[in-house]
Amino acid sequence: MDDWPAIADIAGRVQKGELKAVDLMKHSFDMIARTKEFEAIISVPEARAMARAKEIDAKVAKGGKVGRLAGVPFVAKDNFLTFGGKTTAASHMLENFEAPYQATAVNKLEIEGAICVAKANLDAWAHGSSTENSDFFVTKNPYDKTRVPGGSSGGSATSVALKIAPFATGTDTGSSVRLPAAFCNVVGLKPTYGAVSRSGVVAMASSLDVIGSLAGTVEDAALVFDVMAGTDELDSTTIERDPKGYDIQSATFDLRGSKIGVIKEYMGPEVEETVKKQINGAIKQLAEAGAQISEVSIPSLPFSLAVYYIICPAEVSSNLARYDGQRYGLSASDAKELEDSYNLSRERGFGAEAKRRIMIGSHVLSSGYYDAYYKKAQTVRTKLINEYEAVFKNVDFLVGPVSPTPPFKIGARAKDPLQMYLSDLLMVGSNITGVPSISVPAGFSNDLPVGLQIIAPMRADRQLLSFAKAFEGLSK
Amino acid sequence: MSKLTRDAVLKLAHLSRLKLTDEEVERFRQELSEILAYVEQLDKVDTKDLEPTYQVTGLKNVMRDDQPIDYQAQPKDLLKNAPASEKGQFKVKRVLG
Repeated sequence: MDDWPAIADIAGRVQKGELKAVDLMKHSFDMIARTKEFEAIISVPEARAMARAKEIDAKVAKGGKVGRLAGVPFVAKDNFLTFGGKTTAASHMLENFEAPYQATAVNKLEIEGAICVAKANLDAWAHGSSTENSDFFVTKNPYDKTRVPGGSSGGSATSVALKIAPFATGTDTGSSVRLPAAFCNVVGLKPTYGAVSRSGVVAMASSLDVIGSLAGTVEDAALVFDVMAGTDELDSTTIERDPKGYDIQSATFDLRGSKIGVIKEYMGPEVEETVKKQINGAIKQLAEAGAQISEVSIPSLPFSLAVYYIICPAEVSSNLARYDGQRYGLSASDAKELEDSYNLSRERGFGAEAKRRIMIGSHVLSSGYYDAYYKKAQTVRTKLINEYEAVFKNVDFLVGPVSPTPPFKIGARAKDPLQMYLSDLLMVGSNITGVPSISVPAGFSNDLPVGLQIIAPMRADRQLLSFAKAFEGLSK
Repeated sequence: MSKLTRDAVLKLAHLSRLKLTDEEVERFRQELSEILAYVEQLDKVDTKDLEPTYQVTGLKNVMRDDQPIDYQAQPKDLLKNAPASEKGQFKVKRVLG
């Protein structure tokens, strides 16, 4: 399969009329048809995409100005509200849902001329680490069809790896952009909490959810993030952009003298030797390029997954309370009374993992348990934030593996929810504390991709991207 | 270590407005007990003198003028996915049996 050119090059050629947006759409649709066996895609808003492409081509023909993503196809995770078809969150609950408005992030991409060519599969409601929890079908890893692509943005990462489009959108609540990026050998950015508006994205855990980008290169992921980032009056948690923006095409980064901390707790016995070997190789490359490497400790990090699996289900139970079968989504038509209608609609519309999280959430938030679980977890969160801040006084970036293991076999963890949760062990710390992180390809182990995770202080997204680009340059 | 009873699961199902099958009640009793046992390791963490964090960016009370904004979706668009509607309103089942 041919690689896509850099996103800025594609848009530049569309702007000049050298490439037709319509032809780019056709190429994406052709790739979707040719890669069907991987089951990355839920739906294809073909008519709307072609109409938008024709508009852009017509504008260019008339000498009009088109955006900096003009004609660039992208795949949206199917928890982003988009026009032109259904938005399902890969759930039976929203199987027939047609969005009445679009996500702010999608609108921003469209304003710059990007065109959504497909909606990607995910773990239903973004609950999961393998895309096996989709209520519809399981996406296959592009490097080994018997293995998972990671999750929950598994369809997004697979689409980029299969070259369906040069980039895809994702959401990351505990690992969901970085893990599939690592498992599919693409770049996955989880920006600082609040950097991108979540308006119009199906909410999972609101104090943890961020919107990220997946692409073939750091520069492309950064450009997409640059377009999506910024405050939005429809999401009051959004933060100001970096005054320099996040487009790093002309940015340079001198690795000499940069201070890198290797997180001791992320290189423990739970990390497989094959993964450690790749990560140590990456660290050695950084050292040879002049970076100062030291080992650092974040002592409470081993507790981060327990913190996550209290806060996340608590917020999930709250966010999923809106699906009651009355205003939209699956509705039990055989219910006789209102209460019955709630109970039956929710019983039928939610899969096992959603139910598990809703009930855990109800438990940790219920009176008598609130202090022991929810408040305790939020207090350990403070402790973690303090420890991250302390460590960032001495180093510029933290590094470690994304996943403790290479992509695992389909079915290997599906029967044991706790085992599946452990897949996120090395990633949830960034969501709990809010810091930006990125997964960058770090080679292969036994023909399976391994990702290097790079973590930066709050709001240092631009520096993170510049550093990640420098690392990417070393490994190419 | 907390082991959930069958009654505790039924209570959680009620709080969550889920009508579980008998099979689900037993399955979730085991799975939820295991998950709760895992998260209870936080009991070991010393959090003396620390306050909880509910939001990581430090933003507080983000206000805007209390004025309607011209938005993409109109009421009729919002009713398009409703299972039942009448006169521009959502229609629900009777509340009392």
